[in-house]
Amino acid sequence: MKIRLGNEDIQSASVRRLERITGEDVKRCYQCGNCSGGCPVSYAMEIPPTKVMRFLQLGNIEEVQNANSMWLCVGCLQCYSRCPQGVSVAAILEGMRQETLRKGESRTEVKEVPFPFLKKAPQQAIVCGFRKFVG
Amino acid sequence: MPRIGVFVCQCGNNIAATVDTKKVAEEMGKLPGVVYTCDYKFMCSSPGQEMLKQAIKENKLDGLIVSACSPHMHEKTFRKAAEAAGLNPYQCEITNIREQCSWVHHDKTKAAGTVKSIDLTRMTIQRLKKNQPLNKIKIPVKKKAVVIGGGIAGIQAALDIAEGGREVILVEKEPSIGGNMARLSETFPTMDCSQCILTPKMVEAELNERITLYTYSEVEKVDGYIGNFTVTVRRKAKYVDEERCTGCGECIEKCPFKVESAFELGLSKRKVIYTPFPQSVPNVPVIDAPNCTKIQKDKCGACAIVCGPKCIDFKMEDKLETVEAGAIVVATGYQNMPNERFGEYGYGRIKDVISGMQFERLASSSGPTGGEIRRPSDGKVPQSVVFIQCVGSRDEKKGVSYCSKICCMYTAKHTKLYSHKVHGGQSYVFYMDIRSGGKRYEEFVRGAIEHDGAMYLRGRVSRVYEKDGKIMVQGADTLSGSQVEIEADMVVLATAVVSRDGADTLAQRLGIGYDKYKFYNEYHPKLKPVETVTAGIYLAGTCMGPMDIPESVAQGSAAASKVLALFSADEMAREPITSVVNRTTCNACWDCLTACPYTAIEREAIKDRQGNVVRWVAKVNDGVCQGCGVCVAACRSKSIDLKGYTDEQVFAAINAF
Ligand SMILES: Cc1cc2nc3c(=O)[nH]c(=O)nc-3n(C[C@H](O)[C@H](O)[C@H](O)COP(=O)(O)OP(=O)(O)OC[C@H]3O[C@@H](n4cnc5c(N)ncnc54)[C@H](O)[C@@H]3O)c2cc1C
Ligand code: SF4
Ligand code: SF4
Ligand code: SF4
Ligand code: SF4
Repeated sequence: MKIRLGNEDIQSASVRRLERITGEDVKRCYQCGNCSGGCPVSYAMEIPPTKVMRFLQLGNIEEVQNANSMWLCVGCLQCYSRCPQGVSVAAILEGMRQETLRKGESRTEVKEVPFPFLKKAPQQAIVCGFRKFVG
Repeated sequence: MPRIGVFVCQCGNNIAATVDTKKVAEEMGKLPGVVYTCDYKFMCSSPGQEMLKQAIKENKLDGLIVSACSPHMHEKTFRKAAEAAGLNPYQCEITNIREQCSWVHHDKTKAAGTVKSIDLTRMTIQRLKKNQPLNKIKIPVKKKAVVIGGGIAGIQAALDIAEGGREVILVEKEPSIGGNMARLSETFPTMDCSQCILTPKMVEAELNERITLYTYSEVEKVDGYIGNFTVTVRRKAKYVDEERCTGCGECIEKCPFKVESAFELGLSKRKVIYTPFPQSVPNVPVIDAPNCTKIQKDKCGACAIVCGPKCIDFKMEDKLETVEAGAIVVATGYQNMPNERFGEYGYGRIKDVISGMQFERLASSSGPTGGEIRRPSDGKVPQSVVFIQCVGSRDEKKGVSYCSKICCMYTAKHTKLYSHKVHGGQSYVFYMDIRSGGKRYEEFVRGAIEHDGAMYLRGRVSRVYEKDGKIMVQGADTLSGSQVEIEADMVVLATAVVSRDGADTLAQRLGIGYDKYKFYNEYHPKLKPVETVTAGIYLAGTCMGPMDIPESVAQGSAAASKVLALFSADEMAREPITSVVNRTTCNACWDCLTACPYTAIEREAIKDRQGNVVRWVAKVNDGVCQGCGVCVAACRSKSIDLKGYTDEQVFAAINAF
């Protein structure tokens, strides 16, 4: 991927808005990878938690919006409990979900989730998922 | 018949596990001349040493062997004990049966280790029989120090030595002391203004009555040895009488010619008669002779006309001065890798690609922009600045393989300074790793990112080019896995810290070692960090390798404490392991003289009663000789012997094998 980076990206209004909603500061993340290491579903995410944070730092919120990550997140808070910087990727993803759902863009349907994945996913993930899909 | 004692150490289990120490002692007892043997758990312990002293007295021993660890560990301990019991300390010899014997054998039956220990000890016994009593060499110490280099490391060393009550000559090649630190704006990690913390020290050095500043001077020659150096200093012509100059600056004002300022790294101009910066110490201008039309073509002379105390002298010449000193501290510092090396980053092609040190000048309130961040090409305030780290560092192909250690920190500092001075501006930093080891350093870098909003991108820059008046920087962000392109108004290169031009020449004059990057070598990287292989010459600061101000200052103080320890006695004693020339057989071929790496060999004239020189022979200067033995191997007529390691001793040992 090639990105053109400008001051407006780093100071991106949509990322600032997301920070306001969630109370998180994306600059705090120092890309250690602990969240991705502990996340039970990061293996299935198109953009794993650490990279979610990186794209937000680069002001590239669209990239994250277009990925399945926020829909796969089960809200287990493993990422938050492990993060040495006290960042909650869970909160960030929850914030992004809320924004998308409020716009009525909940494109993800249960049937779109691949069946083999559903079979493998932990029960909590399924419970959490249903809560999200109802939005 | 000699009366020799043999003490075999078990070293707990270090030796005894693979060597039958009792057997070694027994076997040695059978040799002629050996009158006492024993083995013991720890010979180096207090009871062990007591036992040794008692055995010497009771058995009237005239020589002894301790078969134990490496002589590097306890030779001194046992020789001291022997001396305390009334023996010449050099009648005590060590056999190493640990590092070179017990540790390399695994054999539980103890056979091989024991046999080897017996062989080694027997060799030492035969060698000991040929020993001559030796006496420590006493050298008078001249209690004055020369510090070469007036950066922060050299200033600190000079101040501490003076504080300790000794005289110091501080030799600085520029017209002012201060070094690179004088160029810095604010300093990490506390962000105090560099000039504000440096100038009080510079003034203190100037006012201290025990410190003499030789600015605009360079060391030309060094003779002698620890305690007794003769240093020849070239005091370059300043064309201004230092004694009478009041520092009013009228001359600078009136000089009609300007040239590029080296201190400002080409960012502004200075007059031909100049002081490098306003707070220069001493505050005495010098004339840059190659650019002065009066000196070159006998035209102008404006400065001399306006000078009130008439202290300008266009005929002034360089002076050579010799200084007698007991110790030398080398603190000649560093320079940055020349920007010209970095065409790939647009340097030279693009005016707004500058070095980190140039950025310091832009940010400095005494710099060419009065502390405003304005780019060199058009004086505009840049709205986006790309900083590139590891420029030349960690780059085996085009630069140096080492990490310059300070640039991660000063780049973080630059982003902070930039964000404080240019509101709304954005800084970008390309880095490979962030190295911020040090007290409060990691927090400093996190602060630059989290509070001051610097955007850090992990990856090197591969291209910098110009497009529509913008500088395009193309690099990578390996964290997101993307190629990144940024439109920048200015680019700052964190160029590698390298040794000074001419560092090797000075090292050769001093007889100290340097590495392949021409950084000076410490004697031991851990345990002797400010000493050199040449006794009496110490190191401080960045002439040894990249380091920051706190480390340079600590080393300046460390070197000073070494000097003060040396000066604490009137004479110093040193090991008598030096070589001697047999004057009757020496045929003056001077092979030894060329071979000696420490220039310890001199020519001595042998005269008859009338004082006529009848012939010449080599003579070893005990103060300088380090006992390396090279001359012994070089001498074709076998006229040189190394005390403590004479041919006779070595052959006796070999024959005993
Ligand atoms: C861009 C930049 C920013 C920095 N910022 C910081 C910071 O914020 N905080 C920090 O802690 N460190 C910082 N540093 C590092 C700091 O500059 C050095 O640690 C410090 O200046 C080293 O001092 P020194 O005395 O060893 O060497 P130098 O300052 O280089 O002094 C050596 C002196 O010796 C003189 N000399 C050289 N050769 C001879 C000779 N043959 N005869 C006589 N005199 C000679 C020189 O003229 C000079 O005056 C920075 C470095 C750079 C490049
Ligand atoms: S809360 Fe979401 S992102 Fe965080 S570990 Fe759990 S599933 Fe992964
Ligand atoms: S654990 Fe925290 S700091 Fe580490 S990558 Fe995840 S969010 Fe960033
Ligand atoms: S200190 Fe940082 S920028 Fe400098 S060479 Fe080392 S890693 Fe690179
Ligand atoms: S022993 Fe080494 S240092 Fe001493 S005179 Fe001989 S060559 Fe020089």
